[in-house]
Amino acid sequence: MGVGIQVENLNAWYGTTQSLWDINLHIPANHATALIGPSGCGKSTFVRCLNRMHETNPIARAEGVVRMGEIDIYKDASPVEIRRRIGMVFQRPNPFPTMSIYDNVASGLKLNGFRKKRVLDEVVERSLRNAALWDEVKDDLKKKSGASLSGGQQQRLCIARALAVDPEVLLMDEPASALDPVSTAKIEDLIFKLKSQYTIVIVTHNMQQAARVAENTGFFLTGKLVEFAPTTKIFTNPSDKRTEDYITGRFG
Amino acid sequence: MNEPKLIPMPQTVVTAPKMDAVPSGDAQPAQTRLAAPSVIRQFLNQKSSGRVPDGLFGGLMLICALSIFVIVLLIVFVLVRDSRLSLHAFGFKFFTGTVWDPVSGDFGALPFIYGTVVSSLLAVAMSVPLALLVAIFVLEICPQFLRGPISFLTELLAAIPSVVYGLWGVFVLVPIIRDQVGPVLEKYLGWTGFFAEPNFGVSIFTASVILAIMIFPVISSISRDVMKVVPPSQREAALALGATRWEMIRISVLRNSRIGIVGSVILGLGRALGETMAVTMVIGNHPDMMKNLFAPGYTLASVIANEFTEATGDLYLSALIEIGLALFLVTIVVNAIARLLVWAVTRGNAARAH
Ligand SMILES: Nc1ncnc2c1ncn2[C@@H]1O[C@H](COP(=O)(O)OP(=O)(O)O)[C@@H](O)[C@H]1O
Ligand SMILES: [Mg+2]
Repeated sequence: MGVGIQVENLNAWYGTTQSLWDINLHIPANHATALIGPSGCGKSTFVRCLNRMHETNPIARAEGVVRMGEIDIYKDASPVEIRRRIGMVFQRPNPFPTMSIYDNVASGLKLNGFRKKRVLDEVVERSLRNAALWDEVKDDLKKKSGASLSGGQQQRLCIARALAVDPEVLLMDEPASALDPVSTAKIEDLIFKLKSQYTIVIVTHNMQQAARVAENTGFFLTGKLVEFAPTTKIFTNPSDKRTEDYITGRFG
Repeated sequence: MNEPKLIPMPQTVVTAPKMDAVPSGDAQPAQTRLAAPSVIRQFLNQKSSGRVPDGLFGGLMLICALSIFVIVLLIVFVLVRDSRLSLHAFGFKFFTGTVWDPVSGDFGALPFIYGTVVSSLLAVAMSVPLALLVAIFVLEICPQFLRGPISFLTELLAAIPSVVYGLWGVFVLVPIIRDQVGPVLEKYLGWTGFFAEPNFGVSIFTASVILAIMIFPVISSISRDVMKVVPPSQREAALALGATRWEMIRISVLRNSRIGIVGSVILGLGRALGETMAVTMVIGNHPDMMKNLFAPGYTLASVIANEFTEATGDLYLSALIEIGLALFLVTIVVNAIARLLVWAVTRGNAARAH
């Protein structure tokens, strides 16, 4: 079951350039939340602050409070503990090319020392089913490598890999932007299905996609959160002029 | 909303033909002249098809590639031709014989093969962990300002002539191994039988240490270069799963570059097998096959270097050349085994990276 995320006064920098300015928002548990905005506006930086991937970049820095459920992720836990609880799917699929499909899905568990074979088998199957990939790969789970799949399959494999550790939050940074329409539709269905069990944050520059999968949508512009509201409101009756301009295609 | 505009490519200046100069009836309308090919199009259109240079270049490369076969074959041919006396006299027993007695004309290569293989494998075993740790340290952990100096020193180590290593071995390493390292190893690992008295300092073990230092730069810098090209997205994949830094290094950096790392180890092994000068100066030069690594030994390369100038008699000379042939074969066999091992390990689990 997912937990909600509360962000207060979040600022982020790369070197001396500030990329996020005073972000405040609440991401409700067990819902999908979409983040939209023109490219370079800080969406990726924002989601990477949520699981402390931002700080893996040596020049990057973040300030502010991010609470996941009860815990302050920057104060009460190590990055490793946080990332174990928050799964992430990147823009470009990045399965481990030297591992089999099975090992890719099991990698998060094996990494943490989980060795019970029977449970692993079960988890791998369930994750692949949840990621809508099981039927396509079940015959060569251990024969084929993660890199031998198509782009769309690789992305679903990465989703399965993230799901296998049973995260409470799932961050997806433009998960479908490198994919064809069929794979994109599959991934959208997936998000729709998963959001009752996980808190999902999805970055997208495809506004139809946000409208289809997310209850709430946030609009970023030049490092600031311009508007955060229920998706239907953002798309039918935005309260900020800049949001309206963006979704009606007047800039961006 | 403004319409997108296509900015036209720069045009070659076409002077409009004077109307009176044009034969009547065929006058070109003005628009056609404007559609004259752009500078870029004209430039590209006049380029040749590329078939001739590609063919030439291809041929040149083929010749270079074939020359490798020719060189190898020539080496084998000369080795076999010049060792035919000893080949006839001893046959296959040359490779299994344990006696090396120039006085009575009895030659067997096994002690030298033993010395070469054991000292090289031991050197690789000592060098690989150290070299990989240094490579990982430089890439993943080391503060920026130390990176340059460490890499530079590593490469410098590769540039030191082997006779200098030999001198250093004789004056520094031999006493240390005799007086400091030896007693400790005997005390704690003596029960294995690999470390026992007498220990004079000149030994297979000392040669291995020298070799380990000599092959360290090759293994370390090549494996560093392969690890460097592991894409950042692979590191992020591991980190996002909750991997610690070490786990990330293990499952995304080392795993993705393991074929290249093995390649670097094989290169290092090749250098160790053939190294002559430094080994000759510290190995003791005694054709024995002892389990005790503190006992002196002899390598194929060392015996050639030591005895070639004083080889009296055709059979003696021919036996030394056959030692060269043996070294050639050992190198090939060891490399083949190493590659087989890699193949066996990576075959099972969908190995190849892209
Ligand atoms: N690794 C980085 N180093 C320096 N600046 C970066 C880096 N990544 C992103 N930025 C800067 O941060 C800003 C936000 O980028 P990003 O979060 O990637 O935007 P988005 O995901 O919305 O396209 C941009 O101005 C970008 O130039
Ligand atoms: Mg982005």
